[in-house]
Amino acid sequence: MTATVQGAGCPVPHRETERILLGHGSGGQLSAALLRDVIAPALASGAPGAIVDDAAVLEVPGMPDGGSPRPGGSLVFSTDAFVVNPREFPGGCIGDLAVNGTINDLAMMGGRPLALSLAYIIEEGLPVEELRRVSAAVGRAAATAGVPIVTGDTKVVGRGAADGIYLVTSGVGVTGAVRPSASRVQAGDAVLLSGPIAAHGMAVMSAREDFGFDAEILSDTAPLHRMVADLLAAAPATHTLRDPTRGGLASALNEIAETAGIGVDLDEAALPVAEPVRAACDLLGLDPMHVANEGICVAFVPAAQASAALAAMRARPEGVGAVAIGRAVADHPGRVTVRTLIGSQRIVDPLIGEQLPRIC
Amino acid sequence: MKYLAEYRDPGLARAALAELRRIATKPWSIMEVCGGQTNTMVRQGIDEVLPAGIRMIHGPGCPVCVTPLEQIDRALAIAARPEVIFTSYGDMLRVPGSQTDLLSLRARGATVRVVYSPLQAVELAAANPDRQVVFFAIGFETTAPANAMSVLRAAELGLDNYSVLVSHVLVPPAMRAILASPDNEVQAFLAAGHVCAVMGYTEYEPIAATYQVPIVVTGFEPLDLLDGILHAVRQLESGRTEVENAYARAVARDGNPAAQKVVATVFEVCDRAWRGIGVIPDSGLGLREAYAAFDAERRFAVSQVTAQEHPACIAGSIMRGSRLPTDCSAYATQCTPRSPLGAPMVSTEGTCAAFFAAGRRSPSSLVPAPTAAVQPVPGSRESQS
Repeated sequence: MTATVQGAGCPVPHRETERILLGHGSGGQLSAALLRDVIAPALASGAPGAIVDDAAVLEVPGMPDGGSPRPGGSLVFSTDAFVVNPREFPGGCIGDLAVNGTINDLAMMGGRPLALSLAYIIEEGLPVEELRRVSAAVGRAAATAGVPIVTGDTKVVGRGAADGIYLVTSGVGVTGAVRPSASRVQAGDAVLLSGPIAAHGMAVMSAREDFGFDAEILSDTAPLHRMVADLLAAAPATHTLRDPTRGGLASALNEIAETAGIGVDLDEAALPVAEPVRAACDLLGLDPMHVANEGICVAFVPAAQASAALAAMRARPEGVGAVAIGRAVADHPGRVTVRTLIGSQRIVDPLIGEQLPRIC
Repeated sequence: MKYLAEYRDPGLARAALAELRRIATKPWSIMEVCGGQTNTMVRQGIDEVLPAGIRMIHGPGCPVCVTPLEQIDRALAIAARPEVIFTSYGDMLRVPGSQTDLLSLRARGATVRVVYSPLQAVELAAANPDRQVVFFAIGFETTAPANAMSVLRAAELGLDNYSVLVSHVLVPPAMRAILASPDNEVQAFLAAGHVCAVMGYTEYEPIAATYQVPIVVTGFEPLDLLDGILHAVRQLESGRTEVENAYARAVARDGNPAAQKVVATVFEVCDRAWRGIGVIPDSGLGLREAYAAFDAERRFAVSQVTAQEHPACIAGSIMRGSRLPTDCSAYATQCTPRSPLGAPMVSTEGTCAAFFAAGRRSPSSLVPAPTAAVQPVPGSRESQS
């Protein structure tokens, strides 16, 4: 039709590889590629591949203690950075996320959280009143969870070098008898979900954009370590646990399916989504399975212990909405499928990059 | 919002499917026009559970997909300018132009903002008098009223730093182009419910009469689609060719006259190029001369930008309904939502992206593709390549 700027050849669509895109932080496929291609290879002197997990188990050698040797044990260790915008949203704030997020990362490894560290990166000009509010939220969340903040750091950067406040928390815990891991998942496992999906992501998005939805959507941010402890006591054969944060349930289940080399079959009718959340997702053209959560977990449990696991989760307020949503299967390894309401089967892909609302 | 559950009820869906099986005695090909309907169709797998012989053809109704590559390159040229705040609906950001996309431009320093309404873009213009705010006004009749309203609002505020890059398209001319093609296989249409909510459906009545096709105004939930298909098959089986409204909870026969008035005030009907299809006469909306001051194409002198499609991409055939994504050699290999070669892989409403998201990787689960549903319109890109 016309000459192109590159002459006779047809230009291949450009794909950005030299700069970081916002989508690289979405928790989806772009994030995974960044970790795999750029970050992990540079850190390979440690445990290869280990940093792709949200928390690590560290074996602690036996140590002399006042002359008599003390036996070794194992610790679980995790770190997380929090950069949410807006920092305050219905149901919580960045302070709640920083405490609960790291506690949940420890809990998903079967860890009992012992203590957290907290670092602030604060932008010049932030109202001290906001710092007070965020810090009060951190204090409240830590007290509620029963996990103290024991060390920390504060840095201030020039105006424009950060957006208000960023928080970084690290946590340590001790592992229990059960060591959940994605690689342990087996065909036949029941897939259990502790509560409705997509509340956090939609709460933050509606606070950011001020859509004026009739029903307020609250973030689900909550510490899950107590519920997880009860779950593991009731169902000690539990194979894996995951909190589906950025990238949503779809991305978390795809990671598990890929790691374990199994397939996952879900039942769409069983997937809990609160009605205002579903309506908001519909309006924006977002898949609730791609939207972030901060207070739910998914558990792969052998079928024989599934009802005990569900009962244990439901006995806790944070797990009162626990349901079975599907099962692990030997078919289609690495793939997650969902049986639709109409009764056909569709593959559930992980989130790719940034979540983009569609036009109409 | 409780109504949503009622239109997704599995029991009612099974009943509708049973009724379809009962009444369908012949094979029928039905096109759903709107990308939103394609998305529901593929996500729910509705086309896979229909009675054998009832074939859904996915129409050209994804506004992102039909926006020509030239127009995307124009958007990119404008967005790259330092004085510009470029605003768009979210799913345009990932659409590749010839060289780059809006997300990548943003990573390289351009100011690109997702807005949920063009009135937000007008607010941005009012708040940033030293910047030029441009809104990418694409879409069908559905988005035209809000986009027109933004121009009226900017005029009312006396803003000289707001403009719109217009690529509006209209549904009825596209339906006529499909039906007028000698190879057309479409025997009935599900008309796009939200377009009809704005425009009404009187303009479909002459199409149904001229081309002897049933046209059913249809919604977007699974049961809406099944109901639309049921209406269409009933008409086909009984030889009727009427316009029926199966989306009465949202659509009135005359649509929304207030919205139509706003559109008519700001826009006029013009010829428009459709990506993959070519120029369809009188198929788009452009700014009236009285509002030419708000035309970003003139303000930034980008009319001369030209572009060429990727050679492997068969987006044109897919959007004409003559081939399926799984027929494309690049589909799910070279071309994925992460690195799309063509527009239907970008928007969640695009047929290729809908197929990919639903995990359709081979044609085995699908009904046979027709040879060709629509001829390329003379002057289109594909016909000359």
